[in-house]
Parts: sequence; C-alpha cells; structure tokens
Amino acid sequence: MATPRFRVGDVVRVDARAALGHCRTPFFLRGKTGVIVGIQGAFHDPEKLAYHKPGLPRMVLYKVRFKQPEIWPNYPGRPHDQLEADIYEHWLIRADGEARSDSHAAA
Amino acid sequence: MSEPKRKTELRHDAGGRAAHDVGGLDFGPIDRTEHDLAIWEKRVDAMLILLTGPKKGAFKIDAMRRVIEDYGQQQYDSTTYYEKWIRAIRNLLVEQEVLTRAEIEEKVAAVEQAMRASGRQLAGGTVPWDNVETPL
Repeated sequence: MATPRFRVGDVVRVDARAALGHCRTPFFLRGKTGVIVGIQGAFHDPEKLAYHKPGLPRMVLYKVRFKQPEIWPNYPGRPHDQLEADIYEHWLIRADGEARSDSHAAA
Repeated sequence: MSEPKRKTELRHDAGGRAAHDVGGLDFGPIDRTEHDLAIWEKRVDAMLILLTGPKKGAFKIDAMRRVIEDYGQQQYDSTTYYEKWIRAIRNLLVEQEVLTRAEIEEKVAAVEQAMRASGRQLAGGTVPWDNVETPL
C-alpha cells in the first residue's frame, strides 16, 4: 500500500478548498478539524475514476472522527456526540502544518 | 468520445456547495416510511451491476455519481433515487460509446408507440440529456 502520511491519533484539518468536479469530501466537513481513528487502505482515486481514468496512484483513505458541536453551529444534540467520515489523504492537512503542495485540480 | 469535462455545478445560494452536496442543509422532515422498489427500479439496479461488473466494465460507479452531480440543482432536487441512476446510465452508455444517442432515442420512441397502441398511459415529457433546466 502507498505509505500513509498520517497515523492513528494525528489531528488533521479537512482542506477548505473548492473541488472541481467529482469529490468525496463533503462540503460540511471542509475546514473542520478531527482526529485520525483508522486507516482504511489505499484505493484508486474516485476523482479520476469518475472521468474514466485509471485513478492511479492509489490514495490512502482515513477514518476521521469529528465532534458534532464543532461541525454544526448551535448543535442541539449532546456535547460529546461524534461523527466519523472517510476522507482521502489529499484532502487532509496536519492540523499544525502547511497545506499539501500538490494540487488536485485537473487530473 | 472526447474526455468528459471536469466541472462543478453549484447550488444556488448555498455558499459555494456543489448542487448535490446538500449534507447539513435543511431539506425538511425525513420520510421514514418503508416502501418496495418498483420493478423498473430493480431493473436499473441490475443494469448498473452488470454494466460496472468485470464482464462489461463500461464505466465505474464513480462516473455515475459524477454524471448525477453534473445534472445540477433542478434535476437533483426533482428526481428520485433511481431516476437519477437511469439518466446517468443512459448518458454514460453514450459517453462510453456502448450505444449512440440516436439508438436510444429511437428505441424509446418505439417503446412509447407500442405502449400507446396497447392503451398504456405515458407520463409525458422528455428527460434532458444534460443539465439544461427544463420543466419536467
């Protein structure tokens, strides 16, 4: 498998950039901070598969856990509620680090 | 066929969201009643499995999602789950040169004629091939 850039326990932020075309990172999570709780494996990039391209190189997919009150303004649920989402590596930034330099615009 | 164009259809007044990217928006109450699938919906499901399976490999399911997304807000909000699927499958059959648009339209016209001849009721209207906003 491609070498994962992040490890379980890492605090990461979802990039707040706009997507062009097919993307598996939902808008409501852009710019939100969470923690890596699992590494799902490496998969053909759906952003390329959607355009009939092979989707290589494989991208590492992480399970990221977020706190619900940090996602939704005036969250009406319990303060310790969580949300987990599968996010691809090229959408994640180490929370205290720089954004990735490789752009993922036209593939 | 030339490579499909990478684009994002935005949702109106939604802060830059793509048309389909509605997670977190207020869409009213969730209908929790269970219902069976219609026969045509089951056929569409089977069609997708066959077309994306190893034998045919006409396209990936990711491409189907992309076509659905590219239809834009009006189509996204006004179509049911399997209506979205069958429109995307139809477009992808042409995009991947499995069938031509003319072949599909010819067959649809023939089926409509047969249905009228047998007294069956037709829903009427046409399904747009792209995200041009038309009344349904």
